[in-house]
Amino acid sequence: MVWNEKECMTKEERENWQLERLQETVKLAYENVEFYKKRFDEIGLKPEDIKTLKDIEKIPFTTKSDLREAYPLGLLAVPREEIVEIHASSGTTGKPTVTGYTQNDLDVWGECIARGLTMAGAKKDYIIQNAYGYGLFTGGFGIHHGGNKLGAITIPISAGNTRRQLDTMVDFQSDILTCTPSYAMYLGESREKAGISLDEINLKIGIHGAEMWTDEMRKRIEKSLGIKTYNIYGLTEVMGPGVAQECSEQNGMHIQDDHFYPEIINPETGETLDHGESGELVLTSLTKTGMPILRFRTKDLTSLIGEKCVCGRTTVRMTRITGRSDDMLKIKGVMVFPSQIEKALLKIEGISPNYLIHVTRPDILDEVEVKVEASKELFSDEIKQMEKVEKQIQASIRSETGLRVDVTLCEPESLPRSEGKAVRVIDEREL
Amino acid sequence: MAIQISVFIENKEGRIKKAIDTLGKAGVNIRALSVGDTAKYGILRLIVSDNEAATKALEEESFIVKQSEVIVVAVPDKPNGLNSTLAILDDADINLEYIYAFVSSQPDEAIVAMKVEDIEAATEVFKANNAKILTDEDIEKI
Ligand SMILES: [Zn+2]
Repeated sequence: MVWNEKECMTKEERENWQLERLQETVKLAYENVEFYKKRFDEIGLKPEDIKTLKDIEKIPFTTKSDLREAYPLGLLAVPREEIVEIHASSGTTGKPTVTGYTQNDLDVWGECIARGLTMAGAKKDYIIQNAYGYGLFTGGFGIHHGGNKLGAITIPISAGNTRRQLDTMVDFQSDILTCTPSYAMYLGESREKAGISLDEINLKIGIHGAEMWTDEMRKRIEKSLGIKTYNIYGLTEVMGPGVAQECSEQNGMHIQDDHFYPEIINPETGETLDHGESGELVLTSLTKTGMPILRFRTKDLTSLIGEKCVCGRTTVRMTRITGRSDDMLKIKGVMVFPSQIEKALLKIEGISPNYLIHVTRPDILDEVEVKVEASKELFSDEIKQMEKVEKQIQASIRSETGLRVDVTLCEPESLPRSEGKAVRVIDEREL
Repeated sequence: MAIQISVFIENKEGRIKKAIDTLGKAGVNIRALSVGDTAKYGILRLIVSDNEAATKALEEESFIVKQSEVIVVAVPDKPNGLNSTLAILDDADINLEYIYAFVSSQPDEAIVAMKVEDIEAATEVFKANNAKILTDEDIEKI
């Protein structure tokens, strides 16, 4: 089922809609936000210069640090009293980035999430166990707004308290689980440990995002919770989760491109790339009024699929994110993404996917230590066997990344556990 | 044959002590103990009074625990006692992975736990050579 016919517009209808909204958004931003006016004036660009969709390439990029400098609410396009909700993304470095939403923006958000829930097969009488964190983080509230729009029952259980999560699955017979993929995996493991059988729960659908995950992780989650999972994408700076989501084809995430205009650029040169080419995703909001955003550099590396999907939707799709242009580690001159290490680990029987990549440069050469939590399956009373396991892990990482790394097994649950976002990389090199 | 408990010990301060304390609190007595270690981690091997209680207590503290079979033999307490016992294995071409001694023993014999490649074959040759193999019940009485 399709939630909104806008998801199935023809190419021409879509482009007309997008151009009209883009022109409105540019005007709104230029006339009301000091930051955008200054950026436009510097290069002599006027809102009227945006005559075609292609003209978007004339607009300067907006980056996360631009948002940080505007902290807390420097990029509002409306008087402050029009804002009804605020979210922020955690600032691991410096100030957080803040997003203000008008009632219109919350409606857009709810609409996007309702489309995603519908894509995954949700119906009005479904129960959504929303185990995304509620708070400044956009996960919890975003799903909540969409659940309300759909008319489903949303249980705002938030992240954590695993025992209560399991009890809720059993007692309320929740149909949908929404949370980060690593927490979904943890809940699956915990269900098995608690001796709760799949017959006792009623989950059918998992909607997971906000962090990187691989196909191997997906298989494990689907098996351990008896569900089909859907990848969801979004970011606080643009709105939150729901910018894009997979349909039942599980072949790329449908971008809600009547609300967000996507481009792929070469992250080094900034030049716009064609559909099918890999690069950094850049997003422009088309319908937001509180904090319109023009050409935001997401740092997420992906590519776009323009063809109509088997599901009938014509919205452009983005492929699974292969990494972040700033997460990319350059080790001994080789480009490595944490997701590659994860993929290598998951190929080994009995391994726990909790790992930490520790990069140092003791002298002039990079050294990489990958810490992996040992498990009962991997453990042996003989050192010989343990060394064999380490060599196997090493070999698997080597074939995936081409890198020779040092592998250290550590005790279960000793690495930072992820009920929120997992710490996967510690880079202590002074580059 | 007897059951040995092995525990994965991360190279962090106090982890061996923590494992031993855990057993103490669970009322489990340690009969024999050895630590096999590498630069990065260690493997604590134990023969204890109650395998199930020990495993449960350690797992509750998030240790990885494994039970495996070892062969426990009484070695005569005289010159070359251990040598002649090991020679039995050698003659039968059975590989010894590791060996360690019990904490206390009888005045006239030492007791050792051995991990061998082929435990059945080792039991056979020890029996054939009249070596004294201890069962779990024998170990109880030590
Ligand atoms: Zn589709």
